[in-house]
Amino acid sequence: MAKDISIVLAGVGGQGTLIAGKLLGILAMKQGLDIKVSEVHGMSQRGGSVITYVRMGEKVYSPIIEEGMADYVLSFEEVEAVRWAKLLKKDGVLLVNSQKIKSLPVLLGNAEYPENIKDSLEASASGNAKVVEFDALSAALSCGSSKAVNMVMVGALSAGMDFPKELWIEAINEAFASKAKLIPMNVEAFNKGRDFVS
Amino acid sequence: MKQIMLGNEAVARGAYEAGVKVVSSYPGTPSTEITETIATYDRIYCEWATNEKVASEVAIGASIRGARAMTCMKHVGMNVAADPMFTAAYEGVNGGLVFVVADDPGMHSSQDEQDSRNYGRAAKLMILEPSDSQECKDFAKKAFELSERFDTPVILRMHTRVSHSRSIVELSDPEDIVVKPYEKNVNKYVMMPAMAIKRHVVVEQRTLDIAKASNEEFLGMGIHKLEMNDTKLGIITAGASYQYVKEALPDASVLKLGCVWPLPMDLIRDFTSKVDRLVIVEELDPFMETEIKAAGIACEGKDLFTLQGEYSARMIRAALSSEALPEKALDLDKLPQAPGRPPLLCAGCPHKGMFLALNRAKVQVMGDIGCYTLGTLPPTAAMDVSVCMGASVGMAHGFDKASDGEDSKKTVAVIGDSTFLHSGITNLINAVYNQSAITVLILDNSITGMTGHQQNPASGKNIRLQPAPAIDLETLCRSVGVTSVRTVDPVDTFEVEKVVKEEIAKDCVSVIIVRRPCALIPTGKKPKGVSIVLNDDNCKKCGACSRIMCPALVAGPDKKPVIDPEACNACGLCINMCKFDALSKKEEA
Repeated sequence: MAKDISIVLAGVGGQGTLIAGKLLGILAMKQGLDIKVSEVHGMSQRGGSVITYVRMGEKVYSPIIEEGMADYVLSFEEVEAVRWAKLLKKDGVLLVNSQKIKSLPVLLGNAEYPENIKDSLEASASGNAKVVEFDALSAALSCGSSKAVNMVMVGALSAGMDFPKELWIEAINEAFASKAKLIPMNVEAFNKGRDFVS
Repeated sequence: MKQIMLGNEAVARGAYEAGVKVVSSYPGTPSTEITETIATYDRIYCEWATNEKVASEVAIGASIRGARAMTCMKHVGMNVAADPMFTAAYEGVNGGLVFVVADDPGMHSSQDEQDSRNYGRAAKLMILEPSDSQECKDFAKKAFELSERFDTPVILRMHTRVSHSRSIVELSDPEDIVVKPYEKNVNKYVMMPAMAIKRHVVVEQRTLDIAKASNEEFLGMGIHKLEMNDTKLGIITAGASYQYVKEALPDASVLKLGCVWPLPMDLIRDFTSKVDRLVIVEELDPFMETEIKAAGIACEGKDLFTLQGEYSARMIRAALSSEALPEKALDLDKLPQAPGRPPLLCAGCPHKGMFLALNRAKVQVMGDIGCYTLGTLPPTAAMDVSVCMGASVGMAHGFDKASDGEDSKKTVAVIGDSTFLHSGITNLINAVYNQSAITVLILDNSITGMTGHQQNPASGKNIRLQPAPAIDLETLCRSVGVTSVRTVDPVDTFEVEKVVKEEIAKDCVSVIIVRRPCALIPTGKKPKGVSIVLNDDNCKKCGACSRIMCPALVAGPDKKPVIDPEACNACGLCINMCKFDALSKKEEA
C-alpha cells in the first residue's frame, strides 16, 4: 500500500468509537503499516460529540485528520455526519448510521435536529465522494446489544478496504481478548455491517 | 516485540523498563492513564495520592531513599506540586526522579491552557518532550538516567495529542529495580538558608552542564533530531508540532528538540547558519522563540502562529507553504446546521437531583472541578463560579466575609468527595477556624468520576482495587469542628432542597453530605430486573419528568415520557419529579 489511509470515527460519547479505533490500530500493525490513532478522553465522554482519528501508511506523522483529508468518515450517529462532513476528501466515502441521538440543545428546544440528513449529504457531495447510510443500531440490536454499533460500522468500512476479511476477524479477536464472550456477537455485527456496503 | 500503545501507556512502559520502584500521582486528564498503566506492573509500588503536592513529596522521599520514583499530573496539577518541586530542584536526587506533566492545548478537558515548560525554566529543571509513543517510552527511560547523571529531578512534558495518540512502540526488557543506599547529607537534603545558598550555585552550574551535554551529546543519544533538507526554510520544533511540520513541510530542514530546557543554543546557532529562514513552531507560549531571540538569533514564530489551542498541518501549510490546501468533498453550504452536542450529566447521575434542588432553591453556587461542573449547564444551571480544585469552599467563605455574613444565607459550596480530600478539607478547617457561616455540599459518589473512575481515600479501595481504609466523611467534618453535619440522598431532590434551606439559615459552618455512588460504577448500577415504567392512565403530559433532561427519558410525540431501558439506571429521580404517580419502579420477579 503506497498511499496513506485516513479514517475518522465520529460519534457520541459511549458509542464505542475508542474500541473501533483500537481495533483499526491492531489491524494496521498486522499489515506491517505505521499507524497513529488519536483519541479524545475526558469531558466528551459524557454524552458529548467524540471523534477518533486513525491514520495508517508507510510512515505516518500527524495524528490528526483535517479538512478534506479523510478517505473514510464513519459517523456513528446521523447528525454527526453533518458536523464532520468537512473532513471528507474529494473521492472519500461517508458511512452514516441512521440512528438519531438528540442532544441537549435539541431536547431543550433551543436547536433543531435537521430532517432528511441523508438527502442533504447526497446533494452536497461532489466528484466521486460517496454517501452510504444504513441502520447500524437495528443491526446491532439484532446481534444482542446496541453496544455492537461500533462493529457494524467497522464491518461497513471493511467492505471498501483492501485487507482480507480473516485479518479483520483476527483484529476483532485481539481487540476483545479481555472480554472473550463478547467476540461472537461482535463478529456477527461486523458481518452485518459488511453486508450493508458490499 | 512491537506493540501499539497510547503515549501515556508508553511513558509507563518506559518507567517500568527503567526500573522505577515508586509512583505516586493524583489523576487528571490527559495524564491519568500513565499511573493506571503503572498499576498493571506488579513489581512497582504505586498509589493514588490525595493531591499532586502529596504525590510529589512521596516521590521525592522515595528518590532520596535511593529508589527511582515518578509522579504524574496534568498541567494544573503542577501548580499544586510546584512547592516541593522547586526545592527538590535544589536538593537533587539519589534514585532518579521524574515529574511527568501533561498539558492540554485546546483545553479538551481543562480550565486553562497554561504552558508547563515555564515551570522547567522557573524551577531550573531539565525538560524532555516526546512527540510520539516510541519517544514517550524512550524519553521516560532516559529521564531516569539523566536525572541520576546530572543529580536533578527531570520534567517529562506531555500534551494531549501525544498522551492520547496510539502508535507503535518497540519494547525492551526491564532493568532490575535497584535501591541505592541512603546516606544522611544535611548539606544536600536540608534546605536551610546556609545550605540552600550553596546548593543554588550547584543548580546554576548544573543547568550549564546540561546545556553543554544537550549541545554535544543529545543528538547522538537520539534526544534531538536534525533533518537537513532544502535549506531555504529551517524549522525548530518539538513535541506533536514536529509531526505537523513533517506532514505540512516535507522538504524543510528541521531541528527537532527533545530537550526543551535548557536549550542547546550552540546547536541552534549552527542550524541557523545553514538555513535562509528560521521559524520556530511551538504550541502555546513563545517559550523557545523568546530564548532564541534573547540569544541574539533572528527568527519568526508567534508573528505567524497563534498563542492559543492546538496546531495542525493545515495551519502550518497555510503559513509556510505555497501548496494548495486539500479540498472538501461536500459543499458545506448545502448542509443543514448541526446542533451542538455539549457533554451532560449521565443518566442516573447522583449529582443531578442535587443540582435541580439548588436551582429551585435559587442559591448562589460556588463550584469545583469534576463531572459536576456540568451542573452549570441547563437544565440544572446551578453554578456561579468555578476556579480550581478545592476552591469552592474557600470562595464561599470569601463571599461570607465580603458580605458581612449576609451571602451565607443564600450561598452554598459544592465539591466532590475526591476533590474535597484533595484540597477542600484545608478550606473547611479555615472556615471553621475563622467563624464562617458557609454551607458545604460534599457530593459523595464514592469515586473520582471525571477522570475515569479512580479510587480515593473515601472509596475503600486502593489503586489496585484491594481493600483500603475508607475515610468517614461525616466523622472527618465533625472532627474539624463542623457542628451541623447531615447526609442526604440526591435522588430525594425535594428533601435536598429542604435540607439546604435549613442549613443556609444557620449561623455556623454546615456540611451536607450528598451521597449516592456514581451511576457508572458497579455499586451505582441498577439492580438486575429493576426498571422504571409509565402508568399510562395517570400521565397528565405535564412534562415535569422530561424537563430534568435525563439522557434516558425523552418526551414522545404525545408528550408522554419514553424511557430507554438500556440507558435508564432506575435512579428514580423522574419518579420524584412526577406529582401524579405516573412513573414507578418495577421489579421483575
